[in-house]
Formats: sequence, C-alpha cells, structure tokens
Amino acid sequence: MAADEKSPVSRGFVGRRRSPAQAERVPPGQYVTLDFPILSAGPTPHTPLEQWSFALQQGTQRLAEWNWSQFQALKQTQVTADIHCVTKWSKLDTRWVGVSFDSLLEAAGLDTPPTAYVMAYSDGGYTTNLPVADLLNGQALIVTKFDDAPLPPGHGGPARLLVPHLYFWKSAKWVRGLTFIAEDKPGFWESLGYHMYGDPWKEQRYAGD
Amino acid sequence: MRVPRLAWRTAEIVAVRDESAHARSLALRVDGWPGHEPGQHVDVRLTAADGYQAQRSYSISSAPAAAQLELLVDYVADGEVSPYLTREARVGDRFELRGPIGGYFIWTAAYGGPLLLIAGGSGIAPLASILAYRARAAPGVATHLLYSARTALDIIFKERLEAWKREDPALAVSLTLTRSAPPDWSGYRGRIDAAMLRAVAFAASEAPLAYVCGPTAMVEHVADTLVSIGYPAGRVRTERFGPSGEST
Amino acid sequence: MSANDDVSLSREPAALDGNAAAGLLQQIFAIDITMARITCGGCQSVQPLAALRLYGLPMGNILRCPRCEATLIRAVARDQDCWLDLRGAAALHVRLA
Repeated sequence: MAADEKSPVSRGFVGRRRSPAQAERVPPGQYVTLDFPILSAGPTPHTPLEQWSFALQQGTQRLAEWNWSQFQALKQTQVTADIHCVTKWSKLDTRWVGVSFDSLLEAAGLDTPPTAYVMAYSDGGYTTNLPVADLLNGQALIVTKFDDAPLPPGHGGPARLLVPHLYFWKSAKWVRGLTFIAEDKPGFWESLGYHMYGDPWKEQRYAGD
Repeated sequence: MRVPRLAWRTAEIVAVRDESAHARSLALRVDGWPGHEPGQHVDVRLTAADGYQAQRSYSISSAPAAAQLELLVDYVADGEVSPYLTREARVGDRFELRGPIGGYFIWTAAYGGPLLLIAGGSGIAPLASILAYRARAAPGVATHLLYSARTALDIIFKERLEAWKREDPALAVSLTLTRSAPPDWSGYRGRIDAAMLRAVAFAASEAPLAYVCGPTAMVEHVADTLVSIGYPAGRVRTERFGPSGEST
Repeated sequence: MSANDDVSLSREPAALDGNAAAGLLQQIFAIDITMARITCGGCQSVQPLAALRLYGLPMGNILRCPRCEATLIRAVARDQDCWLDLRGAAALHVRLA
C-alpha cells in the first residue's frame, strides 16, 4: 500500500474527500475523511436479535453469555473517539454507545481476565486478536449504537467491537464473543501479513513494521 | 493461453470522448503495451501528489488491432476514482495500468458461435471489444447483442453498434431501456427478464456461447436464466461490477 | 468490467467477482488463473474463478463461494510481496500453458 516511488503522479487526483488534517490528531500516513467507508471480508450477516448472543469463552468453556435484552441491561457507556483504518482514512469524533470490556468482566464475575490475549470472533467467520491489556480501562467497548442510532448492519450491527486506539480492522464487526487465549495468535487479517498489534501511531500496518 | 508478465506500466491519456452523460472513453498510449484479446481488462492505479493510491479495474473497449487502447469509465456518485477519470482527467494526464488480464472472458473466432452477448450499462465495454474484433475477424458468426441501458441517452457506443448492425446481417442488436423510453421507441422496455432472454437467446441446442457483463444483480439473474433454459454453465461467461442492487 | 469502488463510499461494498482479483493473482501463477476451476471446500461445488464473489477490498482479496459463501481464496498483495491462503479451496483445476 506504500506508494511506489516510481509511480507517476496522476495530476489532479486527490482521492477521498479529505478535511485539512489536524496533525496532532491524525496518525502518520492517514487522511481525514468525512465519509464512513465500509470494508467487509464477506457478505453482511443478518442475525435476528432473538438469536443474537454475546459470550466470553475460554477453550470450550463459556464463562458468560448474554442475549440481546440482557446485553442491553448491562451498564452502557458513551464514547467519542477518532478511528483509523489501515487503508489510510481516519474519521474524527465518532460517537458510540455500548458495553465496556470492564463492565463485561464485572458482569461475568471475573475479577481478573483469565489470560493475556483474546480472539474476537464474529458472525461470518471474521476473527481478530488483541492483548487484554488493550481492552481494559475503558479502551474497548462492544458497541450497539453509532451516532445515536442503532448500529447499521453494514457498519457491523447489531454489535461490533470498538478499540479505537488500534487500527480499525481490530474493531471486529458483527462480533459475537471474545475467546480468552493464553498466547497471541493471528486472526483473519493478521494471518495474511497484517500486523499482530496494529498501533496507528507507530504505523504498524503490516507484519514487520 | 500465453500469460504475459504483469507489470505496472505508465499510461498517458491521448484522447477523451464523452459517450453519454455519465460515461467517458479514455484513449491511452501505454509504454510497452503487449496487446490484448477481446474481452480482457486492466487494473488502473492512480497516485496523488502526496502518495495516496487507489486502484480499480476497467474493461478494454477497443479491438486488439485498434491503434489506441481504450477504456470505458462510468461515473458513479461518491466514487473515488470514476469522478476523477470522467470529469477531471485530461489529455496528457498519466496513471499506471496493469494488464491485459483474464483469459476467462475472452472471445475469439476460434471459439465459434453462435454468440450471445448481454450487457448492462457500462458492461458494454468488453463486449464492444469483442464486437470490434468480430467485425474484422469473424463477421459471419451468428451473434446477438442484448443491451440494457437506463434511457436512450445512456446507450453507449450507439453509432458503432448501428454501424456494425448495418454492415453485418449475422449480427442482431436488441436494446432495452429500464427507466424511460422516447415515444417512438421500438425496442424493449424494462429490465432484462426471462421472457426477453428467451426471445433473443439462441436455442441451447445450437451450443451457443454467452458473455454477460454488467451490474452484479443483472449478471446473476441473466446467467441463472440462461442456465435454466439449457445453457451449460460452462458456456456462460460472466463479469460483474458495481453495486449489487443497482439497476442499469 | 468497470470499477471496484465506485460504489458510494458509505454504501455496502459491491459483490464483485474473481475477475477483479485476477490482476493480483496473476502475479503469482504461471498459468492463466482466470481459467481455473475451483472446488469449494464447503459445498464441493466447482466454479470458475470469475464466478467467485470478491470482498475485502482494499485490504485484500477475499473470494467466496457463490453457493455457500465459504471463503475459498484469501490474498493480500503489496508492491513487493503477497500472502495467499488457498485452504478454503478443496482443489484448483488449471490448464497448463
């Protein structure tokens, strides 16, 4: 995705509509967009809410599970965050409502997370790996609302993971649960050369960055 | 089929031509262009001054023997690349191009006929390459083009389609307009459906080859219908692009 | 073919097909990959590459079975290297040059 130094510049081509960058808020190599582009690894799932559930798992053990009403009854948190996609767009001040990872642990009766890593898994088969340390202390939510409205299916509704301090592929759409794992393992994109961690401020787009 | 080494080459726009309110042809000079077969496509890559890149695919609409390589670009609102190529880019501008790609959607005389070509909107592009080639190399092959456009003003390559039809009794061209038709319109109206396909398609017993190109929903519907009237799936070639739900 | 994006940026990504992935895949194969017939590891149906549904742009190319939506081929290409996962394809049938 890095520009080939030999590529001729296409005069007048700018690409996606971009706002003037506010440098201190925008990681290196990113462009601020006013749109909200959609990228999906597969067709949009349409799980009916009556069949939806969210679980915390470890191995084959289900540590906790909530259906939709139970999930909505958990402590809800509002978040405003900048998000950064590895395909170089950033969107500032996005607003979400959901359940924080901390609240999930509490509701599950877990004083401490059982392992150091999780694999988030979604309807449609998508997965992504994260260190638990990056989910704690308000850094991660399972969100069900974007911009005061129910999260649209194309953007991951009914619920997606939100971890805005990492590249947005880590914010798994259509999330259905987190599996606690002892060692970090590559998820869907990580197993195809994307970075295991994905810090936009260090431009960790690909393995080896 | 010989597979050429695919490398990014520099393409320079040598001419632009508006084909409709939405679509434009770009004629290109391409460094080291190895030539192409009718129906193939290319990848196009644009680079902004700050290094940002975007890549898309476009079908080649020109015949293999044409003096210039031509691509057809359809403007799509909110798109990132097509607004640039259809409204901003001008003669002398450059971008990168990789190809030709795709032995799958090729037709040459050796494949034989009869030949059923079905296009939706800018899906006419690769079929125009096939028809341009056919006019020179295989004018006797029984061919029927069914072309769906939104309005009469959206019919791309109208003049060349009429010329080919005039010059070649073995070529039939049927048009259908899906949004509105002029009062004196003698063609079909509405989206391509099973009845229209049955009316224009060659009987499966003639062992025809079909090439279908256009929006995803149209292509899948047409391909499924052709299979349901007896075309072996292997003799229906498809190329999908654009929004899956959008009519043409 | 015309455009892989030029769908509204905020609408659903288009279900393009394997033709749009061919440029990337052709970098790797010595034979014409667009002619390959692929057996789905999920439902065992056989499709030409062109019939597979393409997702994942611009992060990568994810080709799925049009019948059962199983993932058959995953590919990520950059300037200097490419990652390819063919595990979802039970078999690839190609013609040698």
